[in-house]
Amino acid sequence: MKRNSKWYNNEIFPWVLPIVIIVLWQILGQYKIITSTLLPTPVEVVQAGIRLFNTGELQEHVLISTQRALIGFVIGGLVGFIFGLLNGTILFVEKMVDTTIQMVRTIPHLALIPLVVLWFGIDETAKIFLVAVGVMFPIYINTFNGIKNVDGKLIEMGSVYGLSRWKLFTNIILPGSLPAILVGIRYALGVMWISLIVAETIGADSGIGFMATSAREFMQMDIVVLTIVLYAILGKLSDFVAKVFERRLLKWNPAFNNK
Amino acid sequence: MFNIELKDVGKSYGDNEVLRDIDFSVDKGSFTAIVGKSGCGKSTLLRVIAKLEETSKGTLTFSGEGSKDPKIRIMFQDDRLIPWKNILSNISIGAVNKAAAKESLQEVGLIDKEKDWPDQLSGGQKQRIALARALASNPDILLFDEPLGALDALTRMEMQNLIEELWQQQQFTSLLVTHDVTEAVTLANRVIVIDKGTIQLDEKIDLPRPRERDEKFTYYEKKILNQILGG
Ligand SMILES: Nc1ncnc2c1ncn2[C@@H]1O[C@H](COP(=O)(O)OP(=O)(O)O)[C@@H](O)[C@H]1O
Ligand SMILES: [Mg+2]
Repeated sequence: MKRNSKWYNNEIFPWVLPIVIIVLWQILGQYKIITSTLLPTPVEVVQAGIRLFNTGELQEHVLISTQRALIGFVIGGLVGFIFGLLNGTILFVEKMVDTTIQMVRTIPHLALIPLVVLWFGIDETAKIFLVAVGVMFPIYINTFNGIKNVDGKLIEMGSVYGLSRWKLFTNIILPGSLPAILVGIRYALGVMWISLIVAETIGADSGIGFMATSAREFMQMDIVVLTIVLYAILGKLSDFVAKVFERRLLKWNPAFNNK
Repeated sequence: MFNIELKDVGKSYGDNEVLRDIDFSVDKGSFTAIVGKSGCGKSTLLRVIAKLEETSKGTLTFSGEGSKDPKIRIMFQDDRLIPWKNILSNISIGAVNKAAAKESLQEVGLIDKEKDWPDQLSGGQKQRIALARALASNPDILLFDEPLGALDALTRMEMQNLIEELWQQQQFTSLLVTHDVTEAVTLANRVIVIDKGTIQLDEKIDLPRPRERDEKFTYYEKKILNQILGG
């Protein structure tokens, strides 16, 4: 317990540096050491946020972006998860499909953009497709590896104790691969936002990316920075939600029940 | 209750003949210990009996009332508790019903741990839970594969007493694999020594229970130990 009693080992200390940076940034901007056309001050960014919130634009665009992200995530996640399950549990499917998936996986999914634009134009489908493809692979790999790495001794125990194949799956294989699947989900959430940012920047008539591109055309630096902050907040928020799930679902794991 | 009968059983992995000419039968409700050096094929023999491995030669038969298959359970050297299930759910894996699960948890003296996670228990407690899980299903045959090997001496003696007591109550047919001769003589009616893949000694232990570490006990211990070391 000695480690806990150090003066820097508490909840507040890690926040000191970010706060200092923001204050410094404000001061540098306020005294025109950095001009607002180069980088607006934190206060100006917050004011831009309040302005757009009052007109309702902020909520509208954030909602649309979040929707795209989640729809793409659910589609890509489900496809990845189902392939991971099938390949992890049925050797025939694994032998048939896994090598192909591993090969396709090496293509950076953002390299597909020209193709995607040709196929779908720049409408909703293109963005959702790009998110789905990006999300699919990390979920696939982690589900597949998670299942493959479930302790064989537990599976043997389960069959000695007369569990049916279905019960073996629901009681041992699926929960045993859950930690890996959750790692995949957290990683995929990051990929989800990156794919969306890129997709929305290329072409959109709504969403956070649209806010950014149109603000850039009018040189509204405060809004440009605001959109960056919005993406950061959304990314952090989804990671936080995933962490909460992790804690709840893995509370049996000594690494997570730190009370 | 079931008898187990092995006729001329052999088991090979490729060219490696692990077991050969294994020929013995076990009476229902009896307690038999199988001892031998590490790597002599003890675990393989248990796995064959549990039908986790096929025999390469010979036959394995079970005979009992009716023609149904016996319910066989194994207690492994490692507890093999499911980390994401609490203690009661772990026992319920093998249990006929919830009441049976609680009853066997009571029998091993850990009823107050029913809501704990396996990782919160000590090694000895985990093996008690593994024993409770095996018993909760009312097995016809219980196979022990060095289940006490990793425990400290005191905990091991406690577990031996518990196993003996529960076996006397419930009379499941028991087969205990161990490399600990004292443990074999403490628990079994009969000790079989395996070396080089086959049976070298088959000794009835004719001692009253609970067993005292007296002269007769030592006689059996010595005889078995000499066979293992000399053979
Ligand atoms: N699945 C397997 N494949 C190949 N060889 C095996 C396998 N299982 C056991 N063996 C071999 O069988 C021999 C006996 O193993 P085992 O029955 O575990 O011994 P014991 O339990 O007496 O220590 C060892 O030489 C081991 O290498
Ligand atoms: Mg062994």
